[in-house]
Amino acid sequence: MLDIHQNHFELFDLPTSFAIDRTLLDQSYRKLQGEVHPDRFAAATSAERLRSMQWATHANEAYQTLKSPVSRARYLLQLQGIDTQEETNTAMPADFLMQQMEWREAIDEARSALDISALEKLLLEINREATSQESELRAAIDEQRDYPRAAGIVRKLRFLDKVQDEIERAIEALEE
Amino acid sequence: MAYSDKVLDHYENPRNVGALDKNDPHVGTGMVGAPACGDVMKLQIRVGDDGVIEDAKFKTYGCGSAIASSSLVTEWLKGKTLDQAMEIKNSAIAEELALPPVKIHCSVLAEDAIKAAIADLKQKSGGGVDIEPAKQEA
Repeated sequence: MLDIHQNHFELFDLPTSFAIDRTLLDQSYRKLQGEVHPDRFAAATSAERLRSMQWATHANEAYQTLKSPVSRARYLLQLQGIDTQEETNTAMPADFLMQQMEWREAIDEARSALDISALEKLLLEINREATSQESELRAAIDEQRDYPRAAGIVRKLRFLDKVQDEIERAIEALEE
Repeated sequence: MAYSDKVLDHYENPRNVGALDKNDPHVGTGMVGAPACGDVMKLQIRVGDDGVIEDAKFKTYGCGSAIASSSLVTEWLKGKTLDQAMEIKNSAIAEELALPPVKIHCSVLAEDAIKAAIADLKQKSGGGVDIEPAKQEA
């Protein structure tokens, strides 16, 4: 039966690790949603109906948390008692920030030159960087268990997310 | 969200945008970033032989409040000693610009940039002055 003390991974019968089988996650989520779906409790007492609704919400939140690499990592670190300090830690490695500056400058230049292909090239470069950071994150959490380092990578990925968004928006604007 | 007039003023007419020579021994460069919003800020100061900040430049990629915060501190920094500069608090920046609570982190970023620039300068001059970095690097 459902147990409120289970962590999100246990809820979906998955090992508590950063590496995750997306197909299994999706399957477990659908199965769980079927079990706790409020429709199945139409004839139940109001207390049971309320409980099923709370579980459906909980399962959905857990699923959203595990689905994205950044929120999955943040959650895993939280289970270890590690705060990712995304709101407070402004001291990123200098070379990383320099690279951020260069990318933002390149976006500005491509945007004013109306150069969609330059933007697409940048996007590819940043997607590659994000993929490589995600595999570092997996190693830091699952293998090295170096959680402070993992928190640093989560913070880096937030910047990469932002740059990806910005390029996608710039491309959309130019395509219109 | 509505920006205050002062934020708009700095955003539309940012003061001291640009760069100083980061290899100049009199120039300190501070680079900081806010993971939650992806803002990146570079703040540079040039200090004269008398220890007074004679020039300050910034480059910020971020929202209006982040740009205004860095623009404002470049104005405040000029003419100050490093000790005086260390005393600039994010709360003063936030108050001057009337930043709403969700934008307070922009003023924190500017304060941390000042500290990082001063730390860089002191490290360069090897002055043996103990200075706490803005935040622990992960």
